[in-house]
Amino acid sequence: MSRLAQRARERVIEGGLAVCAGLSLVTTAGIVAVLTWETVAFFRDVSPLAFFTGRTWTPLFFNQQFGVLPLVAGTLLVAAIALATAVPAGVISALYLSEYAPPRVRRVAKPALEVLAGIPTVVYGYFALLFVTPWLQQWIPGLTGYNALAAGLVLGVMVLPLVSSLSEDALSAVPPGLREAAFALGATRLQAAVGVVLPAAWSGVSAAVILAMSRAIGETMIVAIAAGQQPRLTASPLVPIETMTAYIVQVSLGDVPAGTTAYRTIFAVGTLLFAGTFVLNLCSDWLRRRVPGAVR
Amino acid sequence: MGPTLPSRVPSALSLAGPGRAASAAELPPARMDVRGLSAWYGQTRALTDVTLPFSANRVTALIGPSGCGKTTLLRTLNRLNDIVPGARVEGDVRLDGTSIHAPGTDVVALRRRVGMVFQKSNPFPRSVFENVAYGLRVNGLRDRREIAERVEESLRAAAIWSEVEGRLHDSALTLSGGQQQRLCIARALAIQPEVLLMDEPASALDPIATQRIEELIHTLKQTYTIVIVTHNMQQAARVSDVTAFLWMGTLIEYGRTEDVFTTPRERLTEDYVTGRFG
Amino acid sequence: MTSARFADRAFHLLGLTVLVLALGMLGALLVDVARDGLGRVSWSFLTGYPSRRASASGLLPALAGSLWLVGLTALMAVPVGVGAAIGLEEYGGRGRLARLAEVNIANLAGVPSVVYGLLGLGVFVQVLRWDRSLLAGAGTLALLILPIVIITSREALRGVPASVREASLALGATKWQTVWHQVLPMALPGLLTGLILAVSRALGETAPLIVIGALSYVPFVPDGPRSPFTALPIQIYTWVSRPREGFRANAAATILVLLAVLLVINGLAIVARDRAARRRSA
Repeated sequence: MSRLAQRARERVIEGGLAVCAGLSLVTTAGIVAVLTWETVAFFRDVSPLAFFTGRTWTPLFFNQQFGVLPLVAGTLLVAAIALATAVPAGVISALYLSEYAPPRVRRVAKPALEVLAGIPTVVYGYFALLFVTPWLQQWIPGLTGYNALAAGLVLGVMVLPLVSSLSEDALSAVPPGLREAAFALGATRLQAAVGVVLPAAWSGVSAAVILAMSRAIGETMIVAIAAGQQPRLTASPLVPIETMTAYIVQVSLGDVPAGTTAYRTIFAVGTLLFAGTFVLNLCSDWLRRRVPGAVR
Repeated sequence: MGPTLPSRVPSALSLAGPGRAASAAELPPARMDVRGLSAWYGQTRALTDVTLPFSANRVTALIGPSGCGKTTLLRTLNRLNDIVPGARVEGDVRLDGTSIHAPGTDVVALRRRVGMVFQKSNPFPRSVFENVAYGLRVNGLRDRREIAERVEESLRAAAIWSEVEGRLHDSALTLSGGQQQRLCIARALAIQPEVLLMDEPASALDPIATQRIEELIHTLKQTYTIVIVTHNMQQAARVSDVTAFLWMGTLIEYGRTEDVFTTPRERLTEDYVTGRFG
Repeated sequence: MTSARFADRAFHLLGLTVLVLALGMLGALLVDVARDGLGRVSWSFLTGYPSRRASASGLLPALAGSLWLVGLTALMAVPVGVGAAIGLEEYGGRGRLARLAEVNIANLAGVPSVVYGLLGLGVFVQVLRWDRSLLAGAGTLALLILPIVIITSREALRGVPASVREASLALGATKWQTVWHQVLPMALPGLLTGLILAVSRALGETAPLIVIGALSYVPFVPDGPRSPFTALPIQIYTWVSRPREGFRANAAATILVLLAVLLVINGLAIVARDRAARRRSA
């Protein structure tokens, strides 16, 4: 091939690669466009004030009410339970793996945690509904078949590997000199870990927690299967509720005709979801970059 | 900017061409040369106003303490610094009289004429044969018999043929360090460049391997114009015809090797070659 | 023993306990699913079609749908994702545009999967009128896994040492020749690992497919990319939602099949990656 033809071919290939890279930008643009389009149409029929501050959510009933707070409350309730499970457990296991565990244990534990993270969420949903809830019902009378507690606990187990591995990264990014200085002063591993290493790694660990929160909020199947489909503004983890994500699935499974206000609710809720997780991801990223020499 | 230079250092401009050194009439005309070359990595200046010819079929050695810019100078000759983000040059670099920085210059074609051997040998993780054949293939050679002939030719030219003849299809990574470096030389020779750039080619090798490389260079200069960077002054003295001494990005002295080492004109050169610093 | 030493020992025990509990959950899950579903797994189950009677139902359409989906998704996401990674890593430089692309991709990786479903609904189903077909499902999943493919592929490319690129360029090879002949082969093990991760993710996704309209009751095997479809995760969800006991066993059995498929794919990938890695260093 002549040099000229070769140069032309290089140019074409480079163009193709640029298009591929550009597709990611197009995807974001697409998400924003679709959400905005439908949400704007939605807000022509429903007042934003009623949406954001209303406490009853019944778009699929005859008497339509569009207050989204019950969905938000449901989402946050489940996420809070998940974090209450995953954060202490994740940070403790990260500390253990990073400061205490012998190499043998690490070699088994780390891949095992990866497996935990790789199980499809629908499987977790099955587990939550048909194993965890009955088991909990033995201890908590009055726990309904669908509830936020079981879903939250299982969701916590699902995000635990995320918290653990990101926290571990943050802990190992702390310069060994700090640990050694603490040991030289006679500190035990625990004292060094909690007093010196953990504070030094706090922004990485916070980033992990925020990312876990984002994941918990965006999770769908566990809550769709086990938490219920009754939008309810409550703080009780023992009764059925509905999360934003589960609502979207509920509508998609139904027969709501396209173009109606009820149909557009999924996009309005989707926008809220997107915005929320976007902000959380941004915070998490910012925190992770703050640590000098942090691992991405 | 830097420390004050000895007042007797002439400006680079007065070193124009090989005519400066004594008995310079014996040196052939330049195949490549740089004029007023300055180079930066981002904000850091690596070369200042260097003017230097590279005589055809001769070995020019670039010596100087680490950080003096000799490797940077070498890499501007085949524009390999183009791939370093933030790298910038000003001034003129010419191959056979034509500037290699002229707009529209084909860098790929340039690198086929100006080959390079690296400090740390970097054979591809492939067979010995494929390593040498790679350069031929990317340059468009398809005929399998011709490729095989050229590969053998290059391996002979690099004085390694007898050692690899029986294991052409073994991985190059099974060769010793010295053999890998000679393989890299064969790889560079295969595309038949006109100029050969060598960046400390023997620095990672034992004395025997080093000696073989130096003998090789002596043979190669009959066909190629060679520019070699070395921090080993004895090597420079053994191997080169012409020596250029750089210090902190500036060309301090340039001339025939015996002259530079036995009767240097500059005090700084004398200090360096006698080991008083660097 | 001082109180500090005691606390240290106690924490050691606590850490180990937490880890054991977490992994114990995994064990409990697997045991529970196996207990519920193992008895249901049979050849007639694997090759049967869904029906109103739990005991007569099979998951062939779902299995076929999942395999179709994985194939189409990979076909769409892999060339584009690897191409984007090459474009950004080898040609992109450090400029502001490259950094913007990087930030954007990191963000996309964190978007909830339902939102990708909404994107698919808006673009593939409504605008392009691919209407609840395998094509719409695969397109949606491809967009979902694209950030993962790009991020892991870039890591793999970064693992190739700069000396290889320099050696190739110094011989007068073009950038693309360098990438195609030297960088990509060396990055292959890492690329494969990332691809498998992404494909596994696609296999297990449920929500986006529901949103774009994958059906719950599909008594036929898809006959082409425009066909309506169902998939293993959706079949699991459908059967879990049915109150009768028999369907619970079906769901568990489907879970076992899904996990088995994931195991096989991941296993194959590890084998392929090790072989590629061994060939490199031989």
